[in-house]
Amino acid sequence: MIRLNQLTKRYGRFTAVDRIDLAVPSGELFGFLGPNGAGKTTTFRMIAGILRPTSGSIEIGGIDINQRPLEAKARLGFIPDRPFVYDKLTGAEFLRFVAALYGQQGAVVERRIDELLELFDLRRWKDELTESYSHGMRQKLIISGALVHRPEVIVVDEPMVGLDPRSARLLKDLFRQFVDRGGTVLMSTHTLEVAETMCDRIAIIHGGKIVASGNMAELQEQTSSEHLGLEDLFLKLTGGMRDHQLDTILDS
Amino acid sequence: MPPLPTVQPRLWTLLTPKWRSALARSRQEQADSRARVLLLSLIGLIFWIAVFGIAYRVLRYFRSVDEIGNLMAGKVLGVILLAFLSILLLSNVITALSTFFLAKDLDLLAAAPVNGVRLYVAKLAETVVHSSWMVALLALPILTAYGIVYSGGPLFPFVALSAFIPYLILPAVLGTAATLVLVNVFPARRTRELLGLIASGAVVIVVVSLRFLRPEQLARPEGFRSLVDYLAVLRTPTSPLLPSEWTASIIMNWLLQVADPWPVAKLWGAAALAVGLGAVLHQRLYAQGFSKAQEGAERKVRRPLRGPVSRLLRSQSPSKREFILKDLRLFFRDNTQWSQLILLAVLLMVYLFNIQSLPLHSGERVPYRLVNLISFLNLGLAGFVLAAVAARFIFPGISLEGRQMWLLRSSPLDPRSMLWSKYWIGTVPLLLLALMITVFTNWLLDVSGFMMFVAVVTIVLYTLAASALALSFGALYPQFGTENAAQIPTGFGGLVYMMSSLTLLALIITIEAVPVTEYLRDQRYSQYPVGITLELVASGAAVLCICVAATVIPLRVGLRRIEMMEW
Repeated sequence: MIRLNQLTKRYGRFTAVDRIDLAVPSGELFGFLGPNGAGKTTTFRMIAGILRPTSGSIEIGGIDINQRPLEAKARLGFIPDRPFVYDKLTGAEFLRFVAALYGQQGAVVERRIDELLELFDLRRWKDELTESYSHGMRQKLIISGALVHRPEVIVVDEPMVGLDPRSARLLKDLFRQFVDRGGTVLMSTHTLEVAETMCDRIAIIHGGKIVASGNMAELQEQTSSEHLGLEDLFLKLTGGMRDHQLDTILDS
Repeated sequence: MPPLPTVQPRLWTLLTPKWRSALARSRQEQADSRARVLLLSLIGLIFWIAVFGIAYRVLRYFRSVDEIGNLMAGKVLGVILLAFLSILLLSNVITALSTFFLAKDLDLLAAAPVNGVRLYVAKLAETVVHSSWMVALLALPILTAYGIVYSGGPLFPFVALSAFIPYLILPAVLGTAATLVLVNVFPARRTRELLGLIASGAVVIVVVSLRFLRPEQLARPEGFRSLVDYLAVLRTPTSPLLPSEWTASIIMNWLLQVADPWPVAKLWGAAALAVGLGAVLHQRLYAQGFSKAQEGAERKVRRPLRGPVSRLLRSQSPSKREFILKDLRLFFRDNTQWSQLILLAVLLMVYLFNIQSLPLHSGERVPYRLVNLISFLNLGLAGFVLAAVAARFIFPGISLEGRQMWLLRSSPLDPRSMLWSKYWIGTVPLLLLALMITVFTNWLLDVSGFMMFVAVVTIVLYTLAASALALSFGALYPQFGTENAAQIPTGFGGLVYMMSSLTLLALIITIEAVPVTEYLRDQRYSQYPVGITLELVASGAAVLCICVAATVIPLRVGLRRIEMMEW
């Protein structure tokens, strides 16, 4: 499970994340939505231990990441929004390296690497340098890296970017089965259809604050918009583009 | 359809993102810690004063010698500028690869309707600044010394500047053109990596050619048949066709009040012509080269690096072992990195050749003190070489993790393990190199057993400290965005590291020199056995304490920085 308590991140005078409270229990796929610059990636990077919170706390599997960072991180699989990997390592070497970072090695890891590469259609490129991989292939390699050490919790920032429809479907099924087996997934996405169909609960973040949270029915109730779908709810909460602004840009 | 742009962006506009970024970075650094900026400025000032002091003393001496003195001053300036020119040429080839072919802003500029010549001049200006600022900074105290000793007057800075601008532009144009041609000639897949190899090869040729000039002959007039021969050599330009000679002539002509417009015409004419030809070449070859350079991916692995190396590291934890293996793989698979080892090997050979050429044991009577002095100078030289090697190979360690830092920080890898792996992977080869240089050169110098012991212990302690300093300064001044590893130590952090490690070296030698020399003298001339003196023990203990502190403190600072690093 993931628990955020009054989580805040400030950059000088700018508050990127403002006193967020959130609890995602085991066996739940939680969607984290928000417009660009709302604070989603900052929140995820704090959960992954890459950024330090200004105040507040983060627990992963009941362990505070600031007090016992190594134990907390050992339970986590993080998939960032941009797939940066070591260009001069092969796909298999990269996964072996990631497993070693989590203290895992040997035949079990080798078998796991083969399984993951097979699953994501990367087996053919196993021994080729990642600098020759496409964006989507790198994304799939990073997803494999987040799964190689069998995490309890997956935090994933924009997982569908760059994936072909087959891989996107595979990922949806994978996350669903992962939570069905007791895992926890916290996912951000801009594809609202994906969030609506996949997620058990959703939080919408705007200006660094959670403005609504719950399942679809609860979100509709919180916004007094019982007949609206997720897209309209999202636009209502975060503000959409006004018609006259569109006119100005297209006509000028 | 929008109309074609009739007005091209100004050169300044194209450079705006660069200078604004540099300005913002500098403001951010100043805001982060004023004390740190102050300390760094102080170290810079001390280094600058030291270079100025040495140049001033040497030039004062030259000035006191009639006729030959002025010729020597001009000759030395020519040789210094020639050495700078070779550095600039290599630096420009490496920098041009980044600025013209790998920089992140190129996609935007290539997609915009910007005139090719404007793009060329903007990128050339960027290349000149990036590749030349360190040489300019080093030349400043030397030229100031020339100006003061030879009473250059208030206009001298302007004269020196007007001579230096084309001097810096010429190697930039040449380096840029070389990069442009290479990117077009070689198969796209390997261009990026071959360039490092070729650049190293070019520098090897320059260094070996410089060595064959045998500049040490100038310091030994007795080696010439007559004074007339010696003067003839001094009057003859070392390299009359190179801009370094023209620049030296402009400066010396001003200082000695010689009215000769010819060097000015040659230098500025050549610079203008070079920029013009460079622009034409750019117009013809850039678009194709840029497109080819984007395809530089390699697929197959040439060196899997498992078996023996992996077995050697078996006692380590999986994370440390795979971390070290990962760093080794990245190093040996990237030609731009390992190819510089060839350059290092050649420089070392030149260094050893120089030591062997010293007339210490060639039958001439040389005072015993001089042999000891040379031993200490050798220690200093070896230390300098090691500091430079650490700057190139250890300093970039943290920066090279770059965009992959997300993985290391989100995993349960202890930052200590990361630092430990980075430290030893750089220090072990450096220690081997240090021992090899020290033992071999001291053997060539035929020093006593005691001096050999002092040199070996000192160089081991210094190497441990220099590695720690390199890694720590690399963590304090990371350049995560740089695509080119060779460029990382050329930044401000690299300069500060070099200054700090050389200051440490000077401190160690200063502490050791007097007690060791006295002990060696007593040992040689005393009729009775000489025991270890208190001064000797004290100096040894002081060096040990300083080196341990210079190892432990930087590593702790580096660790703290890595722990605090946000990404």
